[in-house]
Amino acid sequence: MEKFNKLSGHAIPLRITNVDTDMIIPKQFLKTIKRTGLGEFLFYELRYDQDGNKISSFALNQEQYKDASILIAGKNFGCGSSREHAPWSIADYGIKCIIAPSYADIFYNNCFKNGILPIILDEATVSRLQDSSDSILNFNIDLEKQNITFLENNEKKEISFEIDPAKKKCLLEGLDDIGLTLNKVASIGHFEEGQENEIPWLYGNKLK
Amino acid sequence: MSTPKTIYDKIWESHIVDTNDDGTTILYIDRHLVHEVTSPQAFEGLRLSGRKVRRPEFTLATADHNVPTADRDKGIADPDSKLQVETLEMNAKENNITYLPMTDKRQGIVHIVGPEQGFTQPGMTIVCGDSHTSTHGAFGALAWGIGTSEVEHTLATQTLVQTKAKNMCIKITGKVIEGVTAKDIVLAIIRKIGTAGGTGYVIEYTGEAIRNLSMEGRMTVCNMSIEAGARAGLISPDETTCEYLRGRPLAPKGEVFEDAVNYWKSLASDEGAHYDSVVEIRADEIIPQITWGTSPEDVVSIDGFVPDPENEKNTDKKKSIERALDYMGLEPNMPVNEIKIDKVFIGSCTNGRIEDLRAVSQIAKGRKVEKGVHAMIVPGSGLVKEQAEKEGLDKIFIEAGFDWRDPGCSMCLAMNADKLQPQERCASTSNRNFEGRQGRGGRTHLMSPQMAAAAAIRGKLTDFRDL
Repeated sequence: MEKFNKLSGHAIPLRITNVDTDMIIPKQFLKTIKRTGLGEFLFYELRYDQDGNKISSFALNQEQYKDASILIAGKNFGCGSSREHAPWSIADYGIKCIIAPSYADIFYNNCFKNGILPIILDEATVSRLQDSSDSILNFNIDLEKQNITFLENNEKKEISFEIDPAKKKCLLEGLDDIGLTLNKVASIGHFEEGQENEIPWLYGNKLK
Repeated sequence: MSTPKTIYDKIWESHIVDTNDDGTTILYIDRHLVHEVTSPQAFEGLRLSGRKVRRPEFTLATADHNVPTADRDKGIADPDSKLQVETLEMNAKENNITYLPMTDKRQGIVHIVGPEQGFTQPGMTIVCGDSHTSTHGAFGALAWGIGTSEVEHTLATQTLVQTKAKNMCIKITGKVIEGVTAKDIVLAIIRKIGTAGGTGYVIEYTGEAIRNLSMEGRMTVCNMSIEAGARAGLISPDETTCEYLRGRPLAPKGEVFEDAVNYWKSLASDEGAHYDSVVEIRADEIIPQITWGTSPEDVVSIDGFVPDPENEKNTDKKKSIERALDYMGLEPNMPVNEIKIDKVFIGSCTNGRIEDLRAVSQIAKGRKVEKGVHAMIVPGSGLVKEQAEKEGLDKIFIEAGFDWRDPGCSMCLAMNADKLQPQERCASTSNRNFEGRQGRGGRTHLMSPQMAAAAAIRGKLTDFRDL
């Protein structure tokens, strides 16, 4: 799995609350059997009109955000379906960090499986960062230190963030969590034996 | 005496395989449902790492998102959809997983198929790469939606690495008034707590109005737990649950069934169990609910009005009301029962069960779909379709001018050919009214099957009790 440690980059402000996974990656792009190549369809219906022309008012289409690697979003980001195509498209586009006041649960979890750091900050701070994202050339994100640093009006600023230690470790080390669980395969077998004794009807019954 | 526990606490504790050094839990997964959209990359991952499916017999696969709901004998026209469905079939075969193809009458939406087959049972942990897996919570199972990486993790290990959520109790007190359905109850809940209200929680639904619901109604409520932000929602099992399961193909049989019933009933939350949050709603305050906007929390009663952004003080909220009104093509303060519709969609994992179709037939009988309105009814599974036809419901629908189709997810998310055109307005029994959900530029109003049927008859949103 992709590691995440430090990141330096521009940020795109996305001033919409409750951004759902249908907005992030519309259903017509879910028919793929691959994980890659979804970046060009990220926010497709916000980026392109019905004739396929770029909508110039949308941030992702604006020159100053061309190389951005951070997205500053509204609250409850990623609500809706469980499609991992949402973080796949975000990562494939080149965004490796999201800053928002809150996330929907499944999306939040999916980010960590794909090397994306979803940072949670209070609404006022997120709103301030959105407003100043144009004047700040670089946000420096350090997961190990759990902080965001940047220069604003020639002054060095620092904002720290909280993150669950297990999730932090998973990103820092880029662990193969299936491999880690399989190290405990004996415990799994032991659990199954116990469960089969207690709830035997769960076992040996397959649909024909 | 031991500490009183919620049903969530009990299921969680009985599925702990091991605890990792970082405090996360390896939780055993009893059952895994698989569909074509969120699984191909997981099977590919297994292939690349040389891993095997640990428990194929605990896994059930069917295609639902991409399947056509008409002219099935011609196969799937869209090449990408066809490839995705064929990939699932191949992956299932290669890994010895039971697969219900489009030609099998048991095929349908995974969340309808699982309960019908008795694959879903109380006390189980159930996952699927689909957020509406919360549906199975109606049986007192801990069921939640996962991403593709976790689909792969489940296939390979029959476990998931999890952190325990908090307990929320939503109690619907008293009895609902006549004509108020499970859909109205759950829309009223989301209206009250919002789409992020349940984030970080597992919701348990309790109270007289919940107890009085059939299994179909309970599934409707638990289905939309995810729209309230909760990964899972559940209802403690009771007699209604056990009777639904009796005789299902995968349910225990004979004496074992009685053992199972005792076990299932022991799972109910204990008196005095602790909840981190409690919400109470009076059932008799709920009347038929509809959504006006582009978030499932944009709910209003059918006798209500489209909101006016000028009345909203919070700037973010004001902006999102303005955005939703613009997208939906609505004017502030207009009565919602004057909103005209072009299409009707009755179906989905929320409301595509036999009870829903029976309710629709009551409205449709002896009436006609309004001229110019296209109203489709998509049963949730082949068995729902068969049962409806056995009861003659199809004849009532066709006579009234409804389009009676084959089972699948259909226009709930419009991945197959069933979709809205830009600016078309739809009365829908599905679960999401997001921008573009039913087709780019399409406008969705969520409601109960009775309300959608009444909208088809009148050509506008209407209180079905006034028909």
